[in-house]
Amino acid sequence: MIRIEHLQKKFGNSEVLKDINFKVEKNDVVVIIGPSGSGKSTLLRCVAKLENATSGDIFFNDTKMTEEDHKLCELKGKLGMVFQHFNLFPNLTVLQNVTLAPILVKKIDKKEAGKDAKYLLDLVGLKEKADAYPHSLSGGQKQRVAIARSLAMHPQLMLFDEPTSALDPEMVGEVLQVMKKLANEGMTMIIVTHEMGFARQVSDRVLFMDGGHIVEENTPDELFDHPVHQRTQDFLAKVLV
Amino acid sequence: MTSFNFQLVIDYLPYFFKGIIYTIGFSIASIVLGTVLGLLIALGKMLPNKLLAAPFKGYVGLFRGTPLLVQILVINFGVVPLILGKSNSIVAGILALSLNSSAYIAEIFRSGIQAVSEGQGEAAATLGLTPNQTMLHIILPQAVKIILPPLGNEFISLIKDSSLASVISAPEVTYWAQAMNAQYYRVWEPYLTSGLIYLILTLSISSILHSVERRLSVND
Repeated sequence: MIRIEHLQKKFGNSEVLKDINFKVEKNDVVVIIGPSGSGKSTLLRCVAKLENATSGDIFFNDTKMTEEDHKLCELKGKLGMVFQHFNLFPNLTVLQNVTLAPILVKKIDKKEAGKDAKYLLDLVGLKEKADAYPHSLSGGQKQRVAIARSLAMHPQLMLFDEPTSALDPEMVGEVLQVMKKLANEGMTMIIVTHEMGFARQVSDRVLFMDGGHIVEENTPDELFDHPVHQRTQDFLAKVLV
Repeated sequence: MTSFNFQLVIDYLPYFFKGIIYTIGFSIASIVLGTVLGLLIALGKMLPNKLLAAPFKGYVGLFRGTPLLVQILVINFGVVPLILGKSNSIVAGILALSLNSSAYIAEIFRSGIQAVSEGQGEAAATLGLTPNQTMLHIILPQAVKIILPPLGNEFISLIKDSSLASVISAPEVTYWAQAMNAQYYRVWEPYLTSGLIYLILTLSISSILHSVERRLSVND
């Protein structure tokens, strides 16, 4: 579904991503872990086309996303993204946040979109908040609305950029629960996270990144229990206390 | 102050009322035109293509960098006769005030649009919204809320600046105050009365904007 070949990303003179290669197949759940500044988020943002790659190619269902004139809005939400800071639209209610893109982009009629949105809000456990504004929600609730908002476009792939990093510890569980539900339903996902326990439970493969490289890639059990590289061992020793 | 003659003011009230109609007319027309034009110029200034953005930058520089009084004179005696064949103080007044305020309002809009967090545009783009849809449905509604206080300042300035149209004999409040001064050789009555009229107008618009601000901040 996603194929990345020799991806390189530079900001000015600093090379943030160096020769990244990997593939994600349909129904895969891939988790990317690694220290801050290792390029995890930049990689995700390149896949989402929020950053333009300096060189190399990203294919999404054989569409070359790295083509200069390829615009993000042409994907029409097929590639959903959930952000660390939620980025809900504060001027719209929860329901409007979820229905906006289906109505504007997919031209679905308002009633239909509303029905679908209610179903999705129910899925993330927030049906009763449909008419609330984002400011009245907790962080965990905001993130669950953001997930519902992405799902409303029925994406083929969901990208999660540290979805629980900005949350109070108490709120982390409710968001991970929703993501687990999605994984079990066969959603294809790439997740950047620091939640190692969650990574292990939910993923088919784990990528460990450091210094702009993918250092190690393996099944979660292998990577967490028998890390091959010294750098991976050091990192895991520090985070898995 | 040699005893303020209220009777004189009352006698002259019909003219002041005429002036108020023109002052309000000038202000409303220029606020509406200046805001619409200001938004378009702000969007033009933010075009990614530097060459396309240049004329909009030049426009803002020109109208902010020259005195409004000079603009009024040039437009009344130069531009309007060129277009209409004769000078027309009302058209010239509205045109000058709108063009001038639009330069300031453009900068206010730009600051508001840029103050909306980048994440908003990113979220909208990943959902498949086009840049235009994002601007219209996500960025502008949030920007308007941010810029309401500075926009209010600009509207108040505009109401007061409409008094400059008196130099081209547009029959607004200051024009009639000067006429009253000339007719009765009185200073306090005409000018204090005109000052009070402007004060009432500016206080009214600021209270209107205040209530709009309160209504919009409900979702904060």
